[in-house]
Parts: sequence; structure tokens; C-alpha cells
Amino acid sequence: MADAAVRRWGEGLRCYGLIVGMWVRSTMAYRLSFLMMAAGNFAATALDFVAIAIMFSHVDVLGGFSLPEVAFLYGTTSTAFGIADLTLGNMDRLGRRVRDGTLDVLLTRPVPVLAQVAADRFALRRVGRLSQGVLLLAWSLTRLDVHWTPVTVALVPLMLVSGAVIFGAVFVAGAAFQFRADDASEIQNAFTYGGTTLLQYPPTVFATDLVRGVTFVVPLAFVNWLPALRVLGRDDPLRLPAWVDFASPLVALGCCAAAALAWRTGLRSYRSTGS
Amino acid sequence: MRLYAAVAAGGFRRYATYRTATAAGVFTNTVFGFIVASTYIALWNERPHLGGYDRAQALTFVWVSQALLASASLLGGGFQEELQDRIRSGDIAVDLYRPVDLQAWWLASDLGRAAFQLLGRGVVPLAVGALAFELALPADPVTWLSFLLSVLLGLVVGFALRYLVALCSFWLLDGAGAGMLSALLCMFFSGTLLPLNVFPGAFGEVARTLPWAAMLQVPVDVLLERHRGTGLAAALAFQAVWAAVLLAAGRLLQSAATRKVVVQGG
Repeated sequence: MADAAVRRWGEGLRCYGLIVGMWVRSTMAYRLSFLMMAAGNFAATALDFVAIAIMFSHVDVLGGFSLPEVAFLYGTTSTAFGIADLTLGNMDRLGRRVRDGTLDVLLTRPVPVLAQVAADRFALRRVGRLSQGVLLLAWSLTRLDVHWTPVTVALVPLMLVSGAVIFGAVFVAGAAFQFRADDASEIQNAFTYGGTTLLQYPPTVFATDLVRGVTFVVPLAFVNWLPALRVLGRDDPLRLPAWVDFASPLVALGCCAAAALAWRTGLRSYRSTGS
Repeated sequence: MRLYAAVAAGGFRRYATYRTATAAGVFTNTVFGFIVASTYIALWNERPHLGGYDRAQALTFVWVSQALLASASLLGGGFQEELQDRIRSGDIAVDLYRPVDLQAWWLASDLGRAAFQLLGRGVVPLAVGALAFELALPADPVTWLSFLLSVLLGLVVGFALRYLVALCSFWLLDGAGAGMLSALLCMFFSGTLLPLNVFPGAFGEVARTLPWAAMLQVPVDVLLERHRGTGLAAALAFQAVWAAVLLAAGRLLQSAATRKVVVQGG
């Protein structure tokens, strides 16, 4: 049983890698264009932070947080989101395939549909966003004035991986929703791009109900807010018990289970347009 | 003229077809509105009257920019990718054979799209914003009319800029990089990320004279009644001059580009 599951996962990942490799080779056919796109992807997110830096040219703190602290929040969520966006970001093209009927082709191939959809038109240029997040995170770590302990040091990689998995689950769930509503792909932007924009700012900036919503309903707060507040030595505005700061990996697993269920339900309910 | 009205109506209807997509867009614009509004409240609580806006005016800026986001293609997109594809695939040759003006055709079609998205994707987010927050919306109908005129001029400026970018495909073939650069400039210098009057010093001065300022910053300031009397005329003239200059540049580039099509052998 377990063996079969491991083999299926291995097979799926291998196929994902093969398709990704194919798209990377295809991207490199227009090398200059790729470099421009990657630089543009980097600059798009960098400009996003320039806007925050301009805000801090007028104020010393935003919602009680200094620039390095906001940069730490920004860096952690951008890195986590960047990983998910690079690996699964093109899943929102599923609706288009449902509409024009090309999803049927994927169903006939002896490769897991999820792996095919995830690797579809893999966009290497998205390393731009990821590298911007990593650079900013590194900068913030040199500027932060916090007391590091082994626990808080370990929390940083833990939240990056859990955060990437949580965002990845959102991408998969969003794609599954498109089996139902094939031209509503923009809804998931509210949770993916909207989510990472939200997490760039301290939770103290937002209304308590909004913070509750992203803690208990769509658990984006576990991407960086809760663990990052522990690292920065600040109280969380909801006054949750301390162990919650370490719950991100569990929440990430839960998100994966929910996304897998949504994906299966979506795929089973798929009816071809027939055209 | 009737022809171009028909093209514009076609553009309107084409986008009106996708109702779920429109609803999804409205939802996303509204969510972003709430997120950005919260950050602006924090910023204006620290620094009241930053950039000459009070809190209600800053929040109005947020919700009007969400309302105009799709219509004015502030994050890029719109007709430009379609035109680039036609240039790359060679279909543009068919367009050039048609007894219509290429630039006016695309302008009419894009204005039709923008008109639908102004109604379909603009009204609801602005209404939600006005219900949830205290906005500085004017009571004077003349201000609203000037605002609509200013939006129209901004749309033409945005079109003219993206038309120039799309024509670059005649030389670059893959226009994705140029499109990206143009989207970035637009996103930053239109004020979509942060109002231009918050930009510091000389950098802000320059940013406020660039054509992208005509797309969002000027229309919002017209709505906020920061331009009155001759100031209003000057603001609208600023937009009109940029529109005329950029449309003329588009014509020049177009004539150079069509000569290139002939050279390639068509």
C-alpha cells in the first residue's frame, strides 16, 4: 500500500520534472526575451517594495513595526509565495483548458493530471519574484534587532517551507474550483497575490475580523504572521496560545489534504465540453 | 465614424459576455481594496495630511484606483497582447488590407472594452468602498462629469502608450519583454502602487509630469476637486496634450512599421 503510494508520488514528480525541463528548454530558445521577463518579474516585485520604502520615508513605524521588521514579513511571505508561484503558479490556466477542451488530451496520457497541469507552460521567469523575496529576507536579517535563540533560528526555514506548501495548496484548490467555474480564475488571485500582499504588512494594520479570517478560515496567517511575530518577539493581536506559533507545518499538511480532496472532487466532476 | 462606433460596441459586447469572469474580477478588486485601504489608514494615522490628502481622500484614491484598474489596464494587458500576436503571426497583413485606419480601429475597440469594464468592474468596488469607509466623494454632478472626461482622456493616453509598445513587435517579434517593461512603468508611475503626490522631492515632481500620471493620478485629483477652475482646465489639457503627442508618435511608428512589413515580403 505505502509502497504503491510512494511509487505514484515518485512517478508524478518525475513526470513533473520532465515536463518542466521541456518548457525550460523551450523558454531558452528566446534567451534575451527570457532574461528581460525574469528581470521584469524581479523588478515588478521590487517596485512593490519601493512603494513600502517610500511610505517609510514619511514615517518611522507602520502599525508599530519598523522598516526591517516589515521587510522581514515581506521577505518571508515573498519567498514562500515565490516558491509556490514558480512551481504551481500556472495552474490557473486550467480554466482555459477546460473551456477550449484541451484538458481531454491530458486525461488520455499515462501521467497524473495534477503533474501535467502543474507543469503546464512552466514559467521559469518567476525566479525573479523568488530571488527578490530571498534578497529582501537576507537584508532584513542583517538589520533586525532581535534576540536569536536556536528555536527562533529554526522557525525561519520552517515557516518558508510551510508557507510555500500553504500557498501551493491554495493554487491547487483554486485550480480545482475552475473545474466548476472555468472563467473565474481571477478569484484565486485574491487569495494568492492578495494573500501575499496582505502578509507583507504587520497584522496590527488590519481589522481584527480580517486577521481572524486569515487565521481560522483561509489559514494564511500561518505562512508568516504567527511564526514571524514569535521571531520578532511580539504578541499576536488575537492572543492565541504560544504553541500556535509552531503549528505552521501541521496547518500546511491540513491545507494539502483539503486541496487534494478539492482536486479529486473537481477532476471527478469534470465533463468535457465535447467540442 | 459609424464604423468605429460599431467596433467600440463590439469591444463592449465581447467583454460583457464573460459574466463569471467579471464577477470574479469584482471580488478580487474589492479584496485588494480592503487590504490597501487598511495599509493607507495606518500610514495616514502616522502622518495625517501626507501628500496633501486627508484620510478620506487617501481612501478615495484606493477605491477609485481599484475601480479603474481593469478599465484603464493599470496592471497591463488589454488589447496589446492581441495586437502583438497578430504582428508575430503575420495576421497583421490582413488588418492592413482593410479599408480602415489601424490605430483608430484598435482605439475604438479598446474604448469599448474600457467602457464595459468601467461599468462592470468599477461601480461595485467603489460602492463597497463607499459603504465600508468614509470616502471624500463629491456631491457636485459637474465634478463627476469632469471626472468622466478625465477618465476618458486617461484611457486614450493609456491606449496610445500601449499601441507604441505593441508596434515594437514589428522589430522584436516576441513582444513579451517590452510589454512587461511597459506594464511596470505604468504600474509604478500611474500611482497604482502609491499616489504620486506621496513620491518624495524632485522624483515626485518628475513622476507627476510623465504621461502615466494622466491615467490615474489626474482623474482621481479631478474627482477629489483638487483641480478647480483654471486648474481643472490645465489638468485636462495636460492629459489631452499627452494623448495627442502619443497618438501622433504611434502614427509615425506605424508608418515606419508598415514599410517594414513590405520589406519582409508580406
